Amino acid sequence: MTSNSYSSATEHAHEPQLRGLKRWLLTTNHKEIGTLYLIFSLTMFFIGGTMALVIRAELFQPGLQLVQPEFFNQMTTMHGLIMVFGAVMPAFVGLANWMVPLQIGAPDMALPRLNNFSFWLLPLAFSLLLSSLFMEGGGPNFGWTFYAPLSTTYAPPSTNFFILSIHLAGISSILGAINIIATILNMRTPAMKLMDMPLFVWTWLITAFLLLAVMPVLAGVVTMMLLDINFGTSFFNAAGGGDPVLFQHLFWFFGHPEVYIMILPAFGIASMIVPAFARKRLFGYRSMVYATASIAILSFVVWAHHMFTVGLPLAAQLFFMYATMLIAVPTGVKVFNWVATLFHGSISFEVPMLFTLAFIVQFTIGGLSGVMLAIVPADYQYHDTYFVVAHFHYVLVPGAVFAIIAGVYYWLPKWTGYYPDETLGRWHFWLSVIGVNLTFFPMHFSGLAGMPRRIPDYALQFADFNLLSSLGGFLFGLSQLLLVWVVVRCVRGGKPAPDNPWEGAEGLEWTVPSPAPLHTFSTPPEFIPERDSPSRA
Amino acid sequence: MNSLSLRTQQQGIRRTLWWLLLMLCGSVAFTVALVPLYDVFCELTGINGKGVNSAQVLQSTGIDQQRNVEVQMVTRTAAGMNWHFSATLSHKAVHPGEIHQMWFRMQNLGRTTGRAHAVPSISPAEASNYFLKLECFCFNDQQLAAEEVLEVPVVFQIRSDLPEDLHRLTLAYTLYPQTGP
Repeated sequence: MTSNSYSSATEHAHEPQLRGLKRWLLTTNHKEIGTLYLIFSLTMFFIGGTMALVIRAELFQPGLQLVQPEFFNQMTTMHGLIMVFGAVMPAFVGLANWMVPLQIGAPDMALPRLNNFSFWLLPLAFSLLLSSLFMEGGGPNFGWTFYAPLSTTYAPPSTNFFILSIHLAGISSILGAINIIATILNMRTPAMKLMDMPLFVWTWLITAFLLLAVMPVLAGVVTMMLLDINFGTSFFNAAGGGDPVLFQHLFWFFGHPEVYIMILPAFGIASMIVPAFARKRLFGYRSMVYATASIAILSFVVWAHHMFTVGLPLAAQLFFMYATMLIAVPTGVKVFNWVATLFHGSISFEVPMLFTLAFIVQFTIGGLSGVMLAIVPADYQYHDTYFVVAHFHYVLVPGAVFAIIAGVYYWLPKWTGYYPDETLGRWHFWLSVIGVNLTFFPMHFSGLAGMPRRIPDYALQFADFNLLSSLGGFLFGLSQLLLVWVVVRCVRGGKPAPDNPWEGAEGLEWTVPSPAPLHTFSTPPEFIPERDSPSRA
Repeated sequence: MNSLSLRTQQQGIRRTLWWLLLMLCGSVAFTVALVPLYDVFCELTGINGKGVNSAQVLQSTGIDQQRNVEVQMVTRTAAGMNWHFSATLSHKAVHPGEIHQMWFRMQNLGRTTGRAHAVPSISPAEASNYFLKLECFCFNDQQLAAEEVLEVPVVFQIRSDLPEDLHRLTLAYTLYPQTGP
């Protein structure tokens, strides 16, 4: 440290250590806030997961057994909303909070107090959303895409609470994104150029720009809903000169970048873990960065592939079909780069690597069914069937969620100072892989056979596939309790982890002690691009 | 890190923040602009099948006697409308370029005075820019006393440059209840 003025400034941050609830309520430390995000996300994952199991239990056999259709609709809606906005997105923000400052050699996030605010908006938003389930008329029941007029003219009275909670979650995301961009652009350790950043940081930088661009559109859509419901405007109401199709255009203009918001950081995590356990540098660092940026840019011009059946002109259908297929190119670049990194690597199969390899394979399955859905005439057939459900669950669960779990196993030694239990981890992995594929693979077939989504009952010929999906769903859901068990055990103790617990792992996060002390990098660490950069020759 | 570079860093963060806030304002402004942009885009291209919502000018490009285009009339009333609404003729063969008048009949079946507005839709949507409404009851609200009957006209012309592959157009009117001033 060259000057005392900064050291005294950081000392100030150390002083009165708050205890108990206040410590967590008022913390401005990126590691503590990261932990809060991750715990919140895990809680939401289990709440949303329980709803998924209600759905799967009802669909276990044809007919209505357990729940009323009205409640079933609330379950499908809430499951989607909670998993998207409450589980997957906060998990990535939590990982970013923990790891981005450590990976770029920054002492904390650029705006620590804003960071605290963005987190605490989330519990508020989701308590509001969940409370609507207990209100008169029930909670949101119009699907997570809340198409108007189902979500305006025909919506339950609790919709206003839903709108407010989406607003709060949106504000939280925007503030989080601003914070992450400000941190990455200004607080890298001096010698680290943009092209020296770890890919998790790169993918998050691009994701944060996506958030900043589309979250206001979501806020705009729900505001228009609010006005239509309460103030007699007619944005989405044909009777007053509005257009319900406008809702779908606006929603998917947000919604398609949103699905990349949920997958780009997962690409980043895979790009950290594959080189570490293949003991090779990542193949094609630059092409990974460019591919991520291309996916992000293309995500703005493909939204209408979600609405091929609304009656788009032929030219528009062709444009959106080809633009969508074009995304397979940068995505393919990524998959090939991971495979090329594995090629001739000396691979070991620790739990983070197992989850990452499963991520690559299963995400590719989801990507391929995405290309099938991009074909307009085929989409006419697949639209609103379980094939679509199979597709997006493959990219989100065995895709994004597996990458998050891989990241958790990979960085747990840094967080707790102990290795996660390898045996339990393997059990968790294998039960999850079997469960998740047993759940979602049969959905391809029930969908192709014509089973519609979001319906609590079905025709007899779909019974076998649904039975398999339900069994798989319960297996996958229950095996996630193992994850909790692994994490709890790892926090309590276990095999002590050295600073760098993985033989082939690179990056500044492994230069600090395990567990990482509350304050790290109060002086910027040494970074020699020729030696440390992931893009070095 | 010395205090000088810390200060530069703080300035950098502040500058980034201003840029990001500007970007955020940009996305908000874009969102607000999307609604009018959508309307203008749809009116120019006619892709939502609504066409222009005011009287259009007659095109005198001659009548294509060789071609017959079938115009179908479809009517429906929105949920909660206790009105009867029908076209006096369900379909008619016309030559592109000709001017035609069609009549629609509406009756208020309720016991109170009501007001309604008809929203047109032309399919296939690419035809909507070739379907000119010279006069249409859909430009205004209709007010009917209880059990009152009203016959209303639409005067239209199909442009003679209608694409060759279009042989049949459907003109659908949906009658929506109107409240407020």
